[in-house]
Amino acid sequence: MGLVLLVIIWLITFISAYFFIAKTWWLPTGASAAAAGIDHHFTTTYILMGIVFVAAQVLLGLFAWKYRDRAAGSPARYSHGNNTLEIVWTVLTLILFVGLNLMSSSIWASERFRSAEPGALQVEVTGMQFAWYFRYAGPDGKFGATNPELIDPSAGGESAIGLDTTDPASKDDVVTGTMYAPVNREVEVILRAHDVIHSFFVPSMRFKQDAVPGLAIHMHFTPISTGDYEIACAELCGLGHYKMHGMLKVVSQEDFDKWLAAREAEKQ
Amino acid sequence: MAGSTGGGETIMATRELAAHELHAHAAPQGFIRKWVFSLDHKVIGLQYYFLALTAVFVGMFLSLLMRIHLIWPNVSLPLVGEIKPETYLSLLTMHGTIMVFFVLTTAPQGGFGNYFLPIQIGAADMAFPVLNMLSFWVTFLGYIVMLSAFFVVGGAPLHGWTGYPPLSALQSAGPGEGPGADLWVISIALFCVGALMSALNFITTTLDMRARGMSMMRMPLTCWAWFITAILGLLAFGVLFSAGILLLMDRNAGTSFFVPLVVVNGQLVAHKGGSPLLWQHLFWFFGHPEVYIAILPAMGLCSQLVSVFSRKPIFGYKAMVYAMLSIGLLGFMVWGHHMFMSGMSPYSAFAFSIMTMAIGVPSAIKTFNWLGTLWGGRIRFYSPMLFAIGFVSLFVSGGISGPFLAQPVLDIPLHDTYFVTGHFHLIMGVASIFGIFAATYYWFPKMFGRMMSESLARWHFWFTFVGTYAIFMPMHYLGMAGATRRYSQFTELAYLRNLIPLQKFITYAAIVTIAGQFIFLFNLFWSMKYGKKASDNPWEATTLEWTTATPPPHDNFGGLTPVVYNGPYEYSVPGAPRDYVMQNDPATVAAH
Amino acid sequence: MASYTPTVSLDDPRTSTGGNGHIPPHHHDGDDFGSSFFDVRLRRARLGLVVGLTGIVMIFISFSSAYVVRQGLPTLDPRTDVLLHDWFPVPLPRLLLVNTAVLLISSLTMEIARRQAARKAALAQLASVPGVSMPAKEGVSWLALTVVLGLSFLAGQWMAWRELAASGFYVASSPSSSFVYLLTGMHGVHLFGGVVALLTAGAASLLRRPADSQAIAVDVTGWYWHFMAFLWVYILCLLEFVH
Repeated sequence: MGLVLLVIIWLITFISAYFFIAKTWWLPTGASAAAAGIDHHFTTTYILMGIVFVAAQVLLGLFAWKYRDRAAGSPARYSHGNNTLEIVWTVLTLILFVGLNLMSSSIWASERFRSAEPGALQVEVTGMQFAWYFRYAGPDGKFGATNPELIDPSAGGESAIGLDTTDPASKDDVVTGTMYAPVNREVEVILRAHDVIHSFFVPSMRFKQDAVPGLAIHMHFTPISTGDYEIACAELCGLGHYKMHGMLKVVSQEDFDKWLAAREAEKQ
Repeated sequence: MAGSTGGGETIMATRELAAHELHAHAAPQGFIRKWVFSLDHKVIGLQYYFLALTAVFVGMFLSLLMRIHLIWPNVSLPLVGEIKPETYLSLLTMHGTIMVFFVLTTAPQGGFGNYFLPIQIGAADMAFPVLNMLSFWVTFLGYIVMLSAFFVVGGAPLHGWTGYPPLSALQSAGPGEGPGADLWVISIALFCVGALMSALNFITTTLDMRARGMSMMRMPLTCWAWFITAILGLLAFGVLFSAGILLLMDRNAGTSFFVPLVVVNGQLVAHKGGSPLLWQHLFWFFGHPEVYIAILPAMGLCSQLVSVFSRKPIFGYKAMVYAMLSIGLLGFMVWGHHMFMSGMSPYSAFAFSIMTMAIGVPSAIKTFNWLGTLWGGRIRFYSPMLFAIGFVSLFVSGGISGPFLAQPVLDIPLHDTYFVTGHFHLIMGVASIFGIFAATYYWFPKMFGRMMSESLARWHFWFTFVGTYAIFMPMHYLGMAGATRRYSQFTELAYLRNLIPLQKFITYAAIVTIAGQFIFLFNLFWSMKYGKKASDNPWEATTLEWTTATPPPHDNFGGLTPVVYNGPYEYSVPGAPRDYVMQNDPATVAAH
Repeated sequence: MASYTPTVSLDDPRTSTGGNGHIPPHHHDGDDFGSSFFDVRLRRARLGLVVGLTGIVMIFISFSSAYVVRQGLPTLDPRTDVLLHDWFPVPLPRLLLVNTAVLLISSLTMEIARRQAARKAALAQLASVPGVSMPAKEGVSWLALTVVLGLSFLAGQWMAWRELAASGFYVASSPSSSFVYLLTGMHGVHLFGGVVALLTAGAASLLRRPADSQAIAVDVTGWYWHFMAFLWVYILCLLEFVH
């Protein structure tokens, strides 16, 4: 039985580790400025924790076999422990865990402790059951007023977010169901939710943030490669949670300007 | 201690007086007093255990339906019919709620803790038997109320076991958020009351009713685990109760504790100014200690079993105690790690993440000590030991994914994905269930006087050990690839569609693993009648429950008040006549 | 650190049977704390109470922290996108001060009742000694008085609620009014539990339960009652002074 335990535990360990090492299913290719740092730290963590994982499981399996009860064997070692060993492995573990965390906290600080850069593109992202809407402020750089009484999700677009068209600042606001962003420029998202908590998750951008009713949460990221990136809702929001998705299209600054201009023109 | 005598007493003399003492504890007569409203902690323990047993099969059935729906969303099943997205979410909510509360917080503590804490410390019963009986029936009522949510208009709620408002606070936010959600909150409130009553009993009993010679540092680690778990419960369940009251008021009295001004389906709601984050803080202040409540008893038992079945003292008893105390204490300081993405201040997130990494340390210490206990031992692979070894493996696996999630930067891609689901199922769900199985195989002889079938137990072990790894390890890969949680199907996003083959594998593994649990169920009931008769101490273990008759008499020790001379893990003591020394054995002086 | 376990030396049975040399009376199954010794049972009951009160304290700590957080929480006015503070304290009815006085007096009567029961239990132990007789039944039932005062307090709280409603403050009127009803209501529920405990303790006397059991019930209820008075003063101060 000891041998069987060893074999099975080792097999499970090595098979699990294999899929981690082979990256058979892995984080999508990073497409934001922050992705490299996050992915690097992810790698550091998974290598260190992977070593601990394999070591612990290997030892478990080994001990289960090596110290099995055999008819002709010495009696079990009568020991209540070893205080020195306890202190050593406590300190080492503490250094490992806290060290890892401190390493990551500089990345966290750089992402979250600062607000968006002055030239960032502002996009208001509104989540509602069960769609995302994106609003661009237009040439005046100001978001027009919205009013909860004007919200009509069934009408889509401007009505869905309750845009108050009587406000002059609303005139050039563009509301779309697809998010566009220019490459290599910081995007500042202003996250809102109308009804329940949603979460704006763009896996390739390594970006996730809950959209909470009653709050307008400012956050930022910088896309660094063009392409289409799926947006998923990452906070349970009701029966349509599974189909509350969107698309982020990152294009050149030129193409973005053309697209925005075309949307503005449609409003006339 | 008033009245204690010098060293001249003998066990015989103790027996004589104790007979007078304990005739106050005469066994009840009649079916109702004996089995329904029993005040005997052993009966109450069994009541909790069987409640948890029904709950786990309900919870497992719900998860089976979930897994089937995920890979065959449009199939129509017998009895159940087609599962709509909202139904999936109700299954998910009830699966989580029933498993966390009525299985993981019930069987290890209310079940085995009630049965064995008094015996292991040498007491005749819990401190407050009437309260004990009430705590079970309140919990049972909570269970009935929870199940009734399935049968009301709109069905069971769909807001997840975490119940975040506004989704959980507004009837219009989804099907099931009507009376079903109210029943869910009421059930949880009842559970909180039952848990607080039980915690009161455990703490008072442990502090005040230990037998002579049973100092705190001679208690088996199971008792320490139950004690610390009860303290956690005492401090945490009141907070959940309060949150539940506030949620009930938001739902029914028009208050706005948690609900800001929102528009649902184009309709303004009659709330404003509330904070959804307030619920999250309250809930997780309870919720994090809750996960330790779910795992600590299993940790205590694992320590017990690796020691008994390696024939070695536990490696580092004191360190184990301090580790459990640290886990308990730190457990109250880390709740924010569930909220890194919630809109909470990033500075708070940093503080919480440091504390969370710190709490990994005592867990690691415990793992090293379990390994240290196996090292140099003479391991006997009886079924309780298989599950204890399995527990260590699962605890390691589940624990390793923790440091990923504890770092906010890495939590960005991983929060609310299957990575989290894999993590908590391994470390809280499966590991704790292994503790429950191990406890069952271990204590069954003492409770029912018979042995469970070892060969059936081995089949059960392998099905479950390999099966649960096959189910939950792949979830980590899914999570890294961005597979979001609580999705009722994966058909709408391209990157999720690509992951369906792995989801299929998980479902097949789940079907097989669930099937394997019926081996256990059969073994349990069959062995009660036909199992080989058990001796009083079939495992040759040293703790007090093995000194008494099988099953124990009504007052646990048959007129004898135990006197304790040794620690709980005196195995393979050099020079001793056998490889174990009972805790109440005065003859051998165990070097400590 | 081991708790006391009754063991006996054959030479000295007196030491181990609680101080009167007699075998303790038989207690019926159901209310037995597992030991016949009054001091042990009292200590255990008090320990249980302290533990139980800790659980209750956590409930009120949660409510208090929700209160503080909600007060300071600005919410986004969805029309103007401006952060508003919407906390306007509710003017509390003066009646609450009267109720407070009633509750504090009831704590006094409770304490008298508690000591009375303790004395009775102590005397009961000597009742078997020839020449010692139990004092005649005392005139005032301080326990009953406490019940009356407790119920008066609850009636007064109900009247205070009516007053609040009359001034336009209902449960859902504003966040601060929600908390007023919540905190006073939860306290009231717990106090009512205390009243039920008092009635049960009173019933113990009428049913001629042993004096020591009565004393334990009254003792534990008494400390609970004092705690409820303290909790009420805390809640009143929280509502009145913490803005």
